[in-house]
Amino acid sequence: MKNIIFSAIIVIASFILQNTICRYISFGNIVPNLLLITVSSFGFIKGKKAGVLTGFFAGLLVDIFFSAILGFHALLYMYIGYFNGFFKRLFYKDELKLQILLVGCSDFVYGFVYYLLTFLLRGRFHFTYYLLNIIIPETVYTILLTIVFFLTRTLFVKLFVSNERKSRSEIV
Amino acid sequence: MNRRRNHFTIQSKYLLLILTGLCVLLMTITFTTDLFTGTLADISGYVTVPFQKGISEAGSYLSNRSEELVQIRDLLQKNKELQEQIDKLTIENNNLTQEKYELNNLRSLYLLDQEYSEYQKVGAKVIGKNSGNWFHSFTVDKGKNDGIQVDMNVMSGSGLVGIVTEVGPNWARVTSIIDDSSNVSGMTLASGDNMIVSGNLELMNQNKISFSKLIDSEGKVKEGDKIVTSNISDKYLPGLLIGYITSIESDSNNLTHSGTLTPAVDFEHMDEVLIILDLKQKTENKE
Repeated sequence: MKNIIFSAIIVIASFILQNTICRYISFGNIVPNLLLITVSSFGFIKGKKAGVLTGFFAGLLVDIFFSAILGFHALLYMYIGYFNGFFKRLFYKDELKLQILLVGCSDFVYGFVYYLLTFLLRGRFHFTYYLLNIIIPETVYTILLTIVFFLTRTLFVKLFVSNERKSRSEIV
Repeated sequence: MNRRRNHFTIQSKYLLLILTGLCVLLMTITFTTDLFTGTLADISGYVTVPFQKGISEAGSYLSNRSEELVQIRDLLQKNKELQEQIDKLTIENNNLTQEKYELNNLRSLYLLDQEYSEYQKVGAKVIGKNSGNWFHSFTVDKGKNDGIQVDMNVMSGSGLVGIVTEVGPNWARVTSIIDDSSNVSGMTLASGDNMIVSGNLELMNQNKISFSKLIDSEGKVKEGDKIVTSNISDKYLPGLLIGYITSIESDSNNLTHSGTLTPAVDFEHMDEVLIILDLKQKTENKE
């Protein structure tokens, strides 16, 4: 129960931050995908089921507020959470490489699938434009944000958690 | 420590299957009817909108302060220029009021005053903007409780911003005209020819939108011409300013023209918008 409430708060918070704060830190109109970081991390830290559930609810929030068709983002984020769940076994808290790789791949796949389903099907064939101007910049920026999160967390652990490391292990 | 105790034991792949089915069901239902959007929009609106309001207010406060510091010198310079412009404009304004008086007289002669009657407007704050880079819609802090309905036109300053596509009790979603999937029927003021103005993600970064299917047989339309919403649209009120033509070229069929136009609204720095409470369909019914 505690876990569920904690997860719900994280998802809602990242959704709100995504469409309020993120537009103030955008570089050249590109916004990092905070929600995707959340879903992806839930997947590879807590496993497939957590990834599926957080992905579903995070996507549903996006659908309700910003999309005409309910369930589209939910489906996309859900599968991202699920496939990240496969890497739970390989995940170590203190290793950055896997996190970068997973978040980067997830964001790239998200952008690619989104382009396929909503732009290519409407006859927007200029793929290289979208690749170079939206998909790759977003992926890079999202990875940067992941690194920033990782560093803050490491710093936080170093500063405050020397003896009571166990109780802090929830924070990602 | 990280291990969770699961009280319900559903395997993750079945959960995935069930939720996939649910999503597909939701998609088909929302694609054909509007059964769920109402209630879901209500519930989630009450959970997130207060936070969004607070955070975006705080965020815009901070970014405004930081921008202010940077821009003070710039502003002083601008202030001087603007002062000069005010003088110029006052003179121009005087001339225009005179002409407007004349125009009103002529209009009443032609019984055209209904068409350009003042619309009722209500101001709203932008509280959340497109989550992601693929589409361009935003949420505002007025909703059903304030009398907002789907298909109401949204303006900012003097230009058209977009149209309300979804309302919750205390929020509404506005899809802007520069969104890749939006189309508006426009009209040039120069010749009265109609055209289709459609948003385009590729042009969005250059702050432009594209138009097509302009029939300009006399070749009157040129760069810099004003484009307004046309009379024949069933959702957009006529005569709202969309933007100015920046480039125009004739299509390969030699009948129609297409090109790009610069919108009259600065979509990047949009904190407040005006929602027109008159609906096109209703105003027509009244007549």
